[in-house]
Amino acid sequence: MKIGILALQGAFIEHAQMLKSLGVESFEIRQKRDIERDYDGLIIPGGESTVIGKLLHQLELFEPLRGEIENGMPVFGTCAGLIMLAEKISNDDNVYFGTMDMTVRRNAYGRQLGSFFTEQELGSCGRVPMTFIRAPYIEEVHGRAEALASVDGRIVAARQGNQLATAFHPELNNDTRVHEYFINIVRNR
Amino acid sequence: MNNSRSELNRNLAQMLKGGVIMDVTTPEQAKIAEEAGACAVMALERIPADIRAAGGVSRMSDPKMIKGIQQAVSIPVMAKCRIGHFAEARILQAIEIDYIDESEVLSPADDKYHIDKTKFDVPFVCGAKDLGEALRRINEGASMIRTKGEPGTGDVVQAVRHMRMMQAEIRRLVSMSEDELFDAAKQLQVPYELVMYVHENGKLPVVNFAAGGVATPADAALMMHLGAEGVFVGSGIFKSGNPAKRAAAIVKAVTNYEDDKMLAELSEDLGEAMVGINEDEIELLMAERGK
Repeated sequence: MKIGILALQGAFIEHAQMLKSLGVESFEIRQKRDIERDYDGLIIPGGESTVIGKLLHQLELFEPLRGEIENGMPVFGTCAGLIMLAEKISNDDNVYFGTMDMTVRRNAYGRQLGSFFTEQELGSCGRVPMTFIRAPYIEEVHGRAEALASVDGRIVAARQGNQLATAFHPELNNDTRVHEYFINIVRNR
Repeated sequence: MNNSRSELNRNLAQMLKGGVIMDVTTPEQAKIAEEAGACAVMALERIPADIRAAGGVSRMSDPKMIKGIQQAVSIPVMAKCRIGHFAEARILQAIEIDYIDESEVLSPADDKYHIDKTKFDVPFVCGAKDLGEALRRINEGASMIRTKGEPGTGDVVQAVRHMRMMQAEIRRLVSMSEDELFDAAKQLQVPYELVMYVHENGKLPVVNFAAGGVATPADAALMMHLGAEGVFVGSGIFKSGNPAKRAAAIVKAVTNYEDDKMLAELSEDLGEAMVGINEDEIELLMAERGK
């Protein structure tokens, strides 16, 4: 199994370390030629969604990656990655891949002073650590998307088929369960 | 400040990695920077080149001006306070700044003590010329480090010197035996635990950016090759002929710093770079402020 990690900007190394600790091979996607190889899953990391979104287009990665996701390539987006996958952003006119049936809110908890840590149940993973950094949350899911976790009544993780998205950063803690959850999606594809 | 706050503040710096943080003086410039792909902006009244040219005492920017920039963009907004000026820092915290740069570019307010950054909820980035400075700032609570470079000159030589120095000292610590680390801690004037961290991990415990004199995509790529995790660009963008194009080129250069062909394309037709001053032509070395 090989996982491509979008490495345009943000916390991509942290995801690679998580996968390594699970014995899963990964590689960085920085430009078009990086995705000419075979791979089984895609991770879109945290960072600034405006930067990642812009570079996706400029480096001509946007269309091929969207095609892969639409064809069922398992994808895991954290924070900015969740924003990339959302069909609608309530406080921003941009739409990126837009492949998940959900509306999200950017910087929903305010500035850095609003960043926080908590622990909460996530689907079959049990109670997992959740680090929110200038994070978004999911205002609503519809269609095929289903909510996986909530914090204070707000949805913070969702799944739609092979797509998994979290508003928090599982790559920042040592707990590998959310990554294992994704690896299982990739395995069972 | 509890541990989780300092952890969250280090985490924000992790999200900035692989990105470019740009100096801006107006909401319009901030929008250009965001549009060009900046991962954060530094709001200040005058960019370092103009601070250098104007001379005199340079202070924290007008909070109203910073708020204008906060309203203009959705990316993190940073602002500078003077070294040791914790009252300026508290004002910046009160307007919910995302990151405070305790910066040698402004006139130092305290020639002995830096701010006790552990007392704050907002994160701080501090400049460092070498490993000792970096670890002292981290010990005081900095959640992110940058080289000091020589702001406002458009001359990358000092940023290179600081980054090389830091990396060399890190490699030296890594190669030491554990009993030698006690003396290293003494020499660096930092706690043993921080020295031990560097010894075991081969890196600083916080994110480390390059700053000072970056003016071209090639400058940015050079700093990334030398071990920077991202780049601050100050005067280099808005002192150049075509800020939007140059800013976008530097952003792409940081992401693909190992692709020489792409760097060649990015370096084409950027218009006039900032003129710059050589380090031996300047009288005031800002990097010597606050050690």
